[in-house]
Amino acid sequence: MIEGWREFVRSNFIYSFSRAPVAIGSFVIASSLILFAIAAPFISPYTPYDPATLNLMNGFSAPLAPNAFTGDVFIFGSDDQGRDILSTILFGMRISLFVGFSAVFLAMILGVALGLVAAMAGGVIDAIIMRVADIQLSFPSILIAMLIYGIAKGITPPEMRNEVAIWVLILSIGLSDWVQFARVVRGSAMVELQKEYVEAAKLIGVNRVAIAFRHIFPNVVPSVLVIATISLALAIISEATLSFLGVGAPPTQPSLGTLIRIGQGFLFSGEWWIIFFPSLALLLLALSVNLLGDWLRNTLNPNVGIK
Amino acid sequence: MLLAIENLTIRYPSRFGDFTAVDDASLHLDRGEVLGIVGESGAGKSTIGNAIMGLLQAPGKMVGGSIIFDGQRLDLLSKKELISLRGKKVGMIFQDPMTSLNPLETIEAQLLETVLLHSDLSKADAKLRALELLSEVGISAPAERIKQFPHEFSGGMRQRVVIALVLAGNPDLIIADEPTTALDVSIQATILKLIRTLCHHKNVGVILVTHDMAVIAETTDRVAVMHRGKIVETDNTKSLIASPKHAYTKALISAVPPSNRRIDRFTHVDFAKDRHDRKSIDLKSHWVGKEVYEPAAEKELLKVQNLTKVFNARSSIFSPKRESTLAVDNVTFSILDGETYGIVGESGSGKSTIARLISGIHKPTDGSVLFDGLDLLNGIKSVQDKKKKRKIQMIFQDPYSSLNGRMRVEQIISEPLLLGGFEGSKAELQQLVYDLLFLVELESGAASKYPHAFSGGQRQRISIARALASRPKFLICDEPTSALDVSIQAQILNLLRDLQQRLNLTYLFISHDLPVMRQVCDRIAVMKNGSLVEECPAEEIFTSPQHSYTKDLIRLMPKFER
Repeated sequence: MIEGWREFVRSNFIYSFSRAPVAIGSFVIASSLILFAIAAPFISPYTPYDPATLNLMNGFSAPLAPNAFTGDVFIFGSDDQGRDILSTILFGMRISLFVGFSAVFLAMILGVALGLVAAMAGGVIDAIIMRVADIQLSFPSILIAMLIYGIAKGITPPEMRNEVAIWVLILSIGLSDWVQFARVVRGSAMVELQKEYVEAAKLIGVNRVAIAFRHIFPNVVPSVLVIATISLALAIISEATLSFLGVGAPPTQPSLGTLIRIGQGFLFSGEWWIIFFPSLALLLLALSVNLLGDWLRNTLNPNVGIK
Repeated sequence: MLLAIENLTIRYPSRFGDFTAVDDASLHLDRGEVLGIVGESGAGKSTIGNAIMGLLQAPGKMVGGSIIFDGQRLDLLSKKELISLRGKKVGMIFQDPMTSLNPLETIEAQLLETVLLHSDLSKADAKLRALELLSEVGISAPAERIKQFPHEFSGGMRQRVVIALVLAGNPDLIIADEPTTALDVSIQATILKLIRTLCHHKNVGVILVTHDMAVIAETTDRVAVMHRGKIVETDNTKSLIASPKHAYTKALISAVPPSNRRIDRFTHVDFAKDRHDRKSIDLKSHWVGKEVYEPAAEKELLKVQNLTKVFNARSSIFSPKRESTLAVDNVTFSILDGETYGIVGESGSGKSTIARLISGIHKPTDGSVLFDGLDLLNGIKSVQDKKKKRKIQMIFQDPYSSLNGRMRVEQIISEPLLLGGFEGSKAELQQLVYDLLFLVELESGAASKYPHAFSGGQRQRISIARALASRPKFLICDEPTSALDVSIQAQILNLLRDLQQRLNLTYLFISHDLPVMRQVCDRIAVMKNGSLVEECPAEEIFTSPQHSYTKDLIRLMPKFER
């Protein structure tokens, strides 16, 4: 275990990371945003999801300026209902990140499994899986997500809708995102299947399932990691988009997208901070994760690797 | 003197300190002379060639010495001056003729461009010159072929076109970096002859960079031997081969399989390799050897009958559009228990397909394979049959793709042990892995590493250990040494021979390299376009070949006699 850690620290991976300022910066920003979101209940000045703590008189406070009626100061200002924007961002990021990670996890499991099956089985099964993927890819993924969201909403009883809203969101984004994973895994697996070590494994008597999981899968993990990171940024944006359109997170639990939707109504009446700060948070989160994914792809791909 | 290199030192800065690729190397070359630079991979031979052309790959840097070409310091020239020099005065021939031509332009367009760039001929004259160049490099019917695209030429013809392109600039110096390594043996001979003739006729200096001693022996006038960045010896080719002075040169030459006789084993091939004492393992009582010593039920261990394989090159639901290639055409042979049976052939002759038909990776279109009485195609029913089939194992050509990079060596070797029904404790399993590593002359410390920590030769040893872990009776060796340096090849061939004697193994040895086959095979079959054209005891193939194709192969094989 300790030896493994030492190997990891000495590896080219860590070496090239320590030499990539953009990657380090993105990593610091992404991980601190994630940490802030996890620690939100402890560090946020207000609890925005608890209506009892809200005071309508605090509405539309400008950033850092004392409220005209109550004298309360909000760092990033407050929204129309007197919710502290900073606290709402912290809690909103929790939802965005939870939905993002879970959706990517779902998409990854689904995509990796289907991609491996397609590559190993070939023939008709391969054709069916990849044609389904092609069909899905020819629609905008947000449309697919909305479709799945609509169907899921339709079959859940009205009284449960707010409770299951987050899970429906995860399901709809996850199901719209598996195609990338499946394509990449199938491609890398087919490259691996051509290699002689697979022939050697067959000769030794390793069965197909073991070849897929013990031999092929560990070799496609790097590509999966890259796709997962880039998908995470996309999933966060998809969630924000769905919430912005009003079909995502419930109004009682605003996510970043919900905040931006609320904020755009006041953009032209001078209350710029309601949309500005949530947008900034979304931008930082998505950009840093994306840049990290780009760096990961360049490092793990031997063709453009850093020497 | 055309070219003089003095005290050339080239370094590659890296994460683990500077790597000196070329260390204080001095060379000189006259007009009309072919100078060979020979060495194993990583010796720095290509780096010298690239440095002359000013084509050093970043972050490589020339840190000392001088390159004087025709009285001019090349290393002090600006980029612009170098570019005008390249092609005009110095030409370069690369290894891979597939990638050195532009696939989208006809040969004519490419030749014309070069001719016009380097001379002030009119377009009509340039066309004549292009035709002249093509016939000079031995392309027949140049007037028709000049209109064709590179893909319409074979590998050897393409390399001729590349040479014509180089000649278009009327260079004084040609650097040929492994010009024939990607080509079949029969084509190699003619290309080398062409380079040599051109050199003497046109009074051009040629530097031939290669790893192949036979190429050096046949083509060069003088030769420089490189080892780890240093030029260890420079001499007239004949006297260097006859009486090498430096210890490395001696080791290198003794590792080359002689084409004119069979030697029992390669001597002192372990230059600069630390030998360590190893305990000997009594294989007859050892787990690894136990089952193998059961004699085969039949004298003919493997019988291949009327084997045929058709690959569908293009499948279509319309039958006239379907295309297929006949890779193996009605092949019949049998391999005796304990012998080494060789199949030789050029690329595309179907020899590797036969290996994969026997191992069961491809299914034959027709015919049968019997292994010790067991029908491998339709006869495998019981667990016992499956166990028997695992007695066939394979050693692959490419040591970089034949090991799973995500598994430790210990896992790689213990996987077949566990699947082969080894039921011992964890400690016993580990001991067995160590024993197998010992058998292939690797340290037990290798077990905990990943394949990327090993060189090509060491990987091939791991690959052999993995095959032995299934306690095989029959090993298919598909070009097991063609990706390796010659000294490593000698070590692996020695190892294979030792293992055969100690474990009573039977080998099917597939190769394109006749001198190697002369050293290892008891019987040799010659393949051409999917069929066996000749089969006889190994020495007879060399002394009295019968079929005309075999005669050609023997005549054109690179000669290295000692």
